[in-house]
Amino acid sequence: MSYTAWIILTAALVGLSCGIIGVFLILRKTAMMADAISHTVLLGIVLAFIVTREVGGTPMLIGGILAGIVTAFLVQWLHSLDVQHDASIGIVFTTLFAIGVILIATSIGNAHLDVQHALMGEITFIPFHTITVPWIGEIPQATALLILVLLVVLFFIVTFYKEWKITSFDPALAASLGIPVLFMHYLFMGLVSVTTVASFDAVGAIMVVAMLITPAASSYLWTDKLVVMLVLSGAFGVLSAVIGYYVAAWIDTSISGSMAFATGIIFLISFLFSPKHGIIAKRLKPETGQTGTDPV
Amino acid sequence: MLSILSSSNTLWVLLSTMTLGVAAGTIGCIAYWKRQNLMSDALSHAALPGVVIAFLLWGEKNLLVLVIGAGITALIGALFIQWVTTSSRITEDSAMGMVLAVFYGFGIMLLAIANRLPGGNQSGLDNFIYGQAAAMVRSDVITMLILALVVLFIVFISFKEWKIFLFDKEFAQGLGISIQRMNTLYSVVLVMAIVIGIQAVGVILMAALLIIPAVSARYWTQSFHWMILLSALIGGLSGVLGTLVSTMKNGLPTGPFIVVVGAGFFVLSFLFGKEKGLFVNYVQYKFQQKQQLKLMEQEGGNV
Repeated sequence: MSYTAWIILTAALVGLSCGIIGVFLILRKTAMMADAISHTVLLGIVLAFIVTREVGGTPMLIGGILAGIVTAFLVQWLHSLDVQHDASIGIVFTTLFAIGVILIATSIGNAHLDVQHALMGEITFIPFHTITVPWIGEIPQATALLILVLLVVLFFIVTFYKEWKITSFDPALAASLGIPVLFMHYLFMGLVSVTTVASFDAVGAIMVVAMLITPAASSYLWTDKLVVMLVLSGAFGVLSAVIGYYVAAWIDTSISGSMAFATGIIFLISFLFSPKHGIIAKRLKPETGQTGTDPV
Repeated sequence: MLSILSSSNTLWVLLSTMTLGVAAGTIGCIAYWKRQNLMSDALSHAALPGVVIAFLLWGEKNLLVLVIGAGITALIGALFIQWVTTSSRITEDSAMGMVLAVFYGFGIMLLAIANRLPGGNQSGLDNFIYGQAAAMVRSDVITMLILALVVLFIVFISFKEWKIFLFDKEFAQGLGISIQRMNTLYSVVLVMAIVIGIQAVGVILMAALLIIPAVSARYWTQSFHWMILLSALIGGLSGVLGTLVSTMKNGLPTGPFIVVVGAGFFVLSFLFGKEKGLFVNYVQYKFQQKQQLKLMEQEGGNV
């Protein structure tokens, strides 16, 4: 496969896995937790690097997952001690992220990890770091990781599909049915962390938030069915990745930035033109709109 | 250490990060009681494209121009969040997350273009991401000081109105205070407090300077008045101490150090604060437990 094809494939994989997992972020109204986790994963990766002196692979994945779960736990803990929920998110992730940046800047600045990379990703370098996979041959390490993570995410979503559905839409009912709501919450945060870590090389810490939230929010405006929403969101993610790549190649700019921007454009189109929840559709027949009033 | 203090530029920079901390701490309290802590995070990221656009249009780096640009895109972000939240079924936190990441992505796109221009690489625009107080020159410091003082002045002269607006909306309306106008004023001071900090602290961590002092101050007092003063103090101290630490070695980013110092204040307040601090709570709990036991022993005979 050519250099460009690998980049597009990697970007599309980011879009697909983020799009799918993002649906539950929107439905569970925990979108800002994705923002928090995407930042703290940096600290996890940095610590994993300090311990093992290795960038990428298993240590990075483990460090990232642990950081994500610790974040979720700290936020929950502070909130249980009467700190406003969004304030506890704000305190936890900014602090952990700041520690991560300081560690990079003071002790490991010359390594493969640098501050710039952490925030923007280095998708153009991805095709150069390859590993050999049996039966398939040589493929870039980041791409292999993304495929693996996508499979893991799909496995958990399909296996516990009913549980995810009930815990997302009606946590009280889920608890009364004996579904371990809290365990599902941490499992979900773990899945968000893995997806974030896998996407880190390609899009960096902040743009991954766009890939997680925006396609899912766009698809939420088109449909009320969970399956359709999952498929649409994944498709929007892939579409943004491809559009983003070509726009970036056309005007010669950051690929990850323009991928994030493309998700925004797709959201804007959905927000305006969706037949069900779009602004224009609501204007045309305000009496059937969700809010019942003219949205001005 | 002494050599740092003796350089006059450093003194100016310290003064500016202190004033910034004071302004951010003050506005942070208002945001805290409006329960919009993460709004500052979304808006500070949304300021990035504004900085770059202002630079591209103006052609050189002038802090006032960049700050105005930042303010404009941050306000657009705020309006967009409000529009999406009120007119669709997208919740506020999803809308904030989208504005944060999409605007930031757009900013990065523009930044890559600006850095390619002749002279663009030396413009120091990258400093706006993590903050680089040491890169500030005298005129930047003065711009920042003036803007921060304006923010503080606005809060100071209308302190009573803010208080009534935050804690008793109906009473405020009864007094003839326009809620809508207060909301607009709130957005304006919030955006101002954010954009003046982005050069020293950076767009990514600016939110921490609004959130952490306010929450920490809450552990020491029940009065809004004292909370603002304390929060301003904690903000100011974090600004100064964080900047001092970051100037110990060349090229260290300022923002993360300010945030870590602020987080230190938070942990202290969280443990030892007299309102619901962990330690005080524990002592009170033990005390009550003892009282309860004593009562039960006394009544034990009667039952």
